[in-house]
Amino acid sequence: MSLLRIENLTNTVADKPILKGLSLTLNAGEIHAIMGPNGAGKSTLAYTLGGRPGYEVTGGSVEFDGQDLFDMEPHERAAAGLFLGFQYPVEIPGVSNLQFLRESLNSQRKARGLDPLSGGEFIKLAKEKAGLLGLDMEMLKRPVNVGFSGGEKKRNEMVQMGILDPKLAILDETDSGLDIDALRVVGEGINAIMRKPDKAVLLITHYQRLLDYVKPDFVHVLAGGRIVKSGGADLALELEREGYAEVLA
Amino acid sequence: MSEEVEIRDAEARAAAARAADYEHGWSADIEQEFAPKGLSEDTVRFISAKKEEPEWMLEWRLKAYRHWLTMETPDWAKLDIPPIDYQDAYYYAAPKQKDALKSLDEVDPEILRVYEKLGIPIEEQKVLAGVEGARKVAVDAVFDSVSVATTFRRELEEAGVIFRSISEAIREYPELVKKWLGRVVPMHDNYFAALNCAVFSDGTFVYVPEGVRCPMELSTYFRINAENTGQFERTLIVADKGAYVSYLEGCTAPMRDENQLHAAVVELVALDDAEIKYSTVQNWYPGDAEGRGGIYNFVTKRALCQGRNSKVSWTQVETGSAITWKYPSCVLNGENSVGEFYSVAVTNNYQQADTGTKMIHNGKGSRSTIVSKGISAGHSNNTYRGLVRVAPQAEGVRNFTQCDSLLLGDRCGAHTVPYIEVRNPSATIEHEATTSKISDDQLFYAMQRGLDQESAVALIVNGFAKEVLQQLPMEFAVEAQKLLGISLEGSVG
Ligand SMILES: Nc1ncnc2c1ncn2[C@@H]1O[C@H](COP(=O)(O)OP(=O)(O)O)[C@@H](O)[C@H]1O
Ligand SMILES: [Mg+2]
Repeated sequence: MSLLRIENLTNTVADKPILKGLSLTLNAGEIHAIMGPNGAGKSTLAYTLGGRPGYEVTGGSVEFDGQDLFDMEPHERAAAGLFLGFQYPVEIPGVSNLQFLRESLNSQRKARGLDPLSGGEFIKLAKEKAGLLGLDMEMLKRPVNVGFSGGEKKRNEMVQMGILDPKLAILDETDSGLDIDALRVVGEGINAIMRKPDKAVLLITHYQRLLDYVKPDFVHVLAGGRIVKSGGADLALELEREGYAEVLA
Repeated sequence: MSEEVEIRDAEARAAAARAADYEHGWSADIEQEFAPKGLSEDTVRFISAKKEEPEWMLEWRLKAYRHWLTMETPDWAKLDIPPIDYQDAYYYAAPKQKDALKSLDEVDPEILRVYEKLGIPIEEQKVLAGVEGARKVAVDAVFDSVSVATTFRRELEEAGVIFRSISEAIREYPELVKKWLGRVVPMHDNYFAALNCAVFSDGTFVYVPEGVRCPMELSTYFRINAENTGQFERTLIVADKGAYVSYLEGCTAPMRDENQLHAAVVELVALDDAEIKYSTVQNWYPGDAEGRGGIYNFVTKRALCQGRNSKVSWTQVETGSAITWKYPSCVLNGENSVGEFYSVAVTNNYQQADTGTKMIHNGKGSRSTIVSKGISAGHSNNTYRGLVRVAPQAEGVRNFTQCDSLLLGDRCGAHTVPYIEVRNPSATIEHEATTSKISDDQLFYAMQRGLDQESAVALIVNGFAKEVLQQLPMEFAVEAQKLLGISLEGSVG
C-alpha cells in the first residue's frame, strides 16, 4: 500500500512557480533517493510536504497514509508520522534538546491519544537513540543546535528521528557536512531506525556515498520542478559517473 | 536527572491546570466593608481607625496625604495613561471578620473557595508542609487588602523571624516599623508612593534577626477582588546582620471592565552580610484583546543595601497589567554590597510596560548585575528604563547590564533606555543590548517536530527568558514558564 502518493503537484514560493507537476509514490518498506541539480526544487518539495508557511500549493494532491496531507497543519503532519530532516537545522537558544524533544514527542503522543512519556521513560529512550547515533548525552542537554558543528547538527536530526519514530522520513541532504566516519554512523542509524516494513524514506542527496550505506530501492532525478527520470540503485551510480547533463540529455 | 524531570513534570501539570484556568472573570460574593468613596482626610482617618493604628501612624499618613495633594502625576514614562479619577474609587475594602482567626478553618469559606478557584495553594501548602522533606512555604494570604490567614507562624517564631501583616506589625512591633518605614522609599519620593503612604490598607512585614537564615520561603499572594478598589499594599522586609530571606510575591486578578489602580510600595533593608532574594510573578488582569480594562500597576520597589557585603536580588516575571510602571532598585551604600535585577516583561495586545531598575552605587567595591528580557507582541509597548549611577567616592564599582528584546509581529514596540552616570573613573560598566524576532525558521522547525503554534512560541520565548527564569525558586519557575506561554496566546499567526 502506498504511504505517500504525490500527484501532479505544483507550487509557488514568493509567487515563483517551483514545483511544476511532480508525481511520486512511496510504498511502505521502500527507500527512495532523490537527486538533482542545485535549485531543482528538492528542498522546496521537502518543505511543501512539511507544510512550511510560504510554500503555496497551487495544484495537485498528496495523500499520506490514507489522509489528505494538505488538510493537516504542520504539527498534525508530524503527529501523523511525517518527519523532515532539515538541510539547515535551526538553533533554539535557551531550550535544551531534551526539553524540545520531550515536549515534541509528548505532543505527538497526545494527538495520537497516547499518554505522555514520564521523565524517566523519556530519558531512557533518548539515551538509546543518542547511543545509536554516537551522540553524547551531554549534547542533548545543550540548547537545540546552538554551537553544534555541521556534522553534530545532522546527527542530532537523526537522534530526533529516532526518538520521534516517524512512518515517513524526508531527509534533506543529511549527508552534507559529515566526515567519513559520521557518514557511516548516520547511514547505519537511518537503516536501524527506518528500514522497516511499515516505514519509508525519501532521501535527498547529491552523492552516492550515503547510498553506499542506505541502499535505495528507487532513485529519481528531480529537475525543473519535476521528476524527469526514475530508476533503480544503479541510476545513482550512473549520475555520479556521468553528471546530470549527460544522463538527462 | 530523570527524577528531577519527573518532579518538574508533576509540578508543571499542577501549575498548568492552575494557569489554564485564567478565566478569573468572576467576582466572589463576599460582603465588603468599604471606606467612603473618594479620597480625603476623612478617608485616611477611616482607614487608620479601621486598622486600630496608633496616633503616630495616623499623623504619618496625613502628612503623606497633604504632601500628595501638592504633587502632580508623573508623565515622563513612555506610557499612555488615561487620567485616573481618584475621587471615583474606594480606598478600603475588608472581608467581614469577627475576631482574629486561629486557623484556616475559621476563614470565611467563601474566601477559601475563591482561593481554590484561583488555585492559590493554601491547602496545597499545608499538604506540602506535612510532607517530609518538602520545602515549606509560608503563606500570608492577603485577601482584598486584609490578611485573613497566616500559616507557619509558629515555626518562624521559633527561628525568631517576624512575619506579620503590616497592620499587625504596626501594633505589635511599633519601634521596628517606625525605624524603617519610609526609610527606603520616603513619602515624598513620587506621586504613587505618597498616595500609598496615605491610604495603604495592608501588606507584609518581615524581620529576620541577626545571623538567622529564614527556615522557609516566604510567600504572599495578592489579589484584587472588589470593583473600583485601588490596592495599596505596603511591604517592608528587614534582614539584620548576616540574615538571609527569600520572599516570593505573586498575584492574579479577576476580569474587570473598569481600570483598577495598584500602587504598592516595597521596601527592603539589608544590613552587614545580609541577603534578601525577592521574587515576583505579576499576573494582574491585563485588559482584553482590544485594550479595555486591566490593572494599572504603579509600584515603587527599592532596596537599601546598607551593610558591608549585603546583597539584594530582585527577580521579576511581569506578564499582567494593562500598564506597568515599576523599577525595583538597589541603593548600594555598603562596601562591597551587591545588587541584582533579573526581569522578564511580556506585553501583548495593548499592554504597556515601562520597567527596569536603578543601581545607585555609593559604596566602595559595590557590584550590580542587570539582566532584562523584554518580549513584545500585538500592539504592545515594552520599555526597559534603567539607571546605573556611580557616586564620586565609590571606588572599584562594577556593573554588567544585558538587555534583550524579542519581538513577535511588527506592530509592537521595544525600547531600551539606559542611563549611565559615572562620577568615579575606576568604575567598570558594561552594557549589552540585542533585539531579535522569533524567526519563521524556528517556528516551523518546532512545529515540524509536533508542537502546535502556541506551544512552539511558548517554548522559544521560554528559551529566550531562561537566564531570568532560572533565578526563580523552582515552584515559581514552572508556573512562570506556563504564564509566558499563556500571556502570548494568539500573538502569532
Ligand atoms: N524563500 C524563497 N524565496 C524565493 N525563492 C526561493 C525560496 N526558496 C527557494 N527558492 C527558489 O526555489 C528554487 C528551488 O530551491 P530549492 O528547493 O532550495 O532547491 P534545491 O534544494 O533543489 O537545491 C530555487 O530557484 C530557489 O532560488
Ligand atoms: Mg536544498
